[in-house]
Amino acid sequence: MISATDLKLTFGKGTPLENPALRGMSLTVNQGEFVTVIGSNGAGKSTFLNALAGEVMVDSGKIVVDNQDVTRLPTHKRANRVARVFQDPLAGTCENLSIEENLALAIKRGQRRGLTSAVKKQYMKQFSDSLSSLNLGLENRLGDKMGLLSGGQRQAVSLLMASLTPSSILLLDEHTAALDPKTARFVLELTEHIIATQQLTALMVTHSMKQALEVGNRTVMLHQGQVVFDIAGKERDGLEVKDLLGLFEKQRGLQVDDDSLLLG
Amino acid sequence: MLSEIAFYGALETGLIYGLVAFGIYISFRVLDFPDLTVDGSFPLGAAVAAMLIMAGWNPWLATGMAIVAGMAAGAVTALLNVKLNILNLLASILTMIALYSVNLRIMGRPNVALLGEDTVLTPWYELGLEFHQVPVLLFVIVALVVLVLLWRFMKSETGLAMRATGANPRMARAQGIATGAMIVLGVALSNGLVGLAGALFAQSQGAADVTMGVGVIVIGLASLIGGEAVLTPSTVVRALFACIIGAIVYRLAIAFALNADALGLQAQDLNLITAVLVTLAIVLPGVRTKLTHRFSRKQA
Ligand SMILES: Nc1ncnc2c1ncn2[C@@H]1O[C@H](COP(=O)(O)OP(=O)(O)OP(=O)(O)O)[C@@H](O)[C@H]1O
Ligand SMILES: [Mg+2]
Repeated sequence: MISATDLKLTFGKGTPLENPALRGMSLTVNQGEFVTVIGSNGAGKSTFLNALAGEVMVDSGKIVVDNQDVTRLPTHKRANRVARVFQDPLAGTCENLSIEENLALAIKRGQRRGLTSAVKKQYMKQFSDSLSSLNLGLENRLGDKMGLLSGGQRQAVSLLMASLTPSSILLLDEHTAALDPKTARFVLELTEHIIATQQLTALMVTHSMKQALEVGNRTVMLHQGQVVFDIAGKERDGLEVKDLLGLFEKQRGLQVDDDSLLLG
Repeated sequence: MLSEIAFYGALETGLIYGLVAFGIYISFRVLDFPDLTVDGSFPLGAAVAAMLIMAGWNPWLATGMAIVAGMAAGAVTALLNVKLNILNLLASILTMIALYSVNLRIMGRPNVALLGEDTVLTPWYELGLEFHQVPVLLFVIVALVVLVLLWRFMKSETGLAMRATGANPRMARAQGIATGAMIVLGVALSNGLVGLAGALFAQSQGAADVTMGVGVIVIGLASLIGGEAVLTPSTVVRALFACIIGAIVYRLAIAFALNADALGLQAQDLNLITAVLVTLAIVLPGVRTKLTHRFSRKQA
């Protein structure tokens, strides 16, 4: 379980560019939930995920993961509980390292690293089994440099890496946005498959309202650094994009058009 | 042609600069941390080893302390960067400048001679080899031992974490790697190797001098870049061998250049030649890709 309470964060405090990105954001995600997150550009989605991961420190509020207060912990000290896939396919892996070396980095996520050989024989079966589940033939290319792979392949490997060891929450920030439609669909299906089979708890940011409703079992919308609505279960089933827009307008008491809010 | 003595002399210094190039490989290539501390940590290693040997220490222990001193210097640079957020290049310049004073303090004067002292080389002279071959033999062994240790380290869990820190720090953090600690460890290791090089240099030359560090960074870079040009560094082992080969090739090239009377070069021209060579080595690959680029575009 992960819970964020009243998170506040202002970028560039005391400068002319002062920008309140989180303005009292609260959200609790329970074990096994797959939450999709939507919101307009600049709503604070990435900032929220970065705050959960430890990449940015909140000014106030509290973040608890599995009953541990992690609010002041840096990224690397949360990594045993928080797994991530970035939007940029190049960001989640090291291109100069081989596929097996990248996987070896990930299998030790959040654990002590010693002086024994990083790529161990006993990992090999797990590496090639999980790679072959991608059906990309990567299980035969373990020694290849990551940089030789396409963006979609790299993103698929990033997903594998994030799920190689257990985590309390998996953070996905528009991780299919940089891919072509076909590859994006493949990576999304892979995401659903991994989350379902490993019963992961996940938070996925998407710019597609349609996708937000089709995937996962709960949807939250952020606006100006706050949660404006949060739907799950019956209420969410059968909901369509236009209902979502209606919901948003009702909540905010303002008129918005599709485009200004979301694309796709 | 080079005399035999000049040839072995070039090999000897080349092997020592190979150790410097290892250090520069770690900072510049593995960590992507441009570190100029080496101009200070090289004479630091020399000063520490020389003073301890004169105080009657076992030369290998003295050399070990030179490594420790170099590591401490590197750690200072890295901490200035990681903890105080000083730009890496500037942090290393600060340490380098400070080390000039430190080195003078350690030696108590600008230079010391190791006349008649036992050095790490002393027992090797009893093997019956030719006088000028002895240092080469010992330094080949040292360079190879260091190479194997570094190679093992780079393949270890911690070494891999260090490589990830330099290549993609955001990813490294997300994998739970304390990137700040990795930078401190890496820059310390790098300068420890340079301290070792300084200690060996002092012992083979029979003296330590505060100014002996001037330009070490550029010579090390020349060795690294030259080696990479000769031996494409696609793997860690190849990159490490490239350091040694680059350093030896560089020293041989310098020896030939100084030896060729027709060129009219003198020892004091060394730094200028080196700077020109490094500039060429940095610029040439770019020029080459640009040319091939233009060529292939014309074809398309
Ligand atoms: N490092 C930063 N420094 C200053 N301002 C920032 C920083 N990161 C984000 N912001 C600002 O904070 C606000 C929230 O940004 P954020 O990236 O969280 O939005 P988002 O919901 O992810 O938007 P998008 O859909 O465009 O990805 C924006 O106004 C943005 O300009
Ligand atoms: Mg974003």
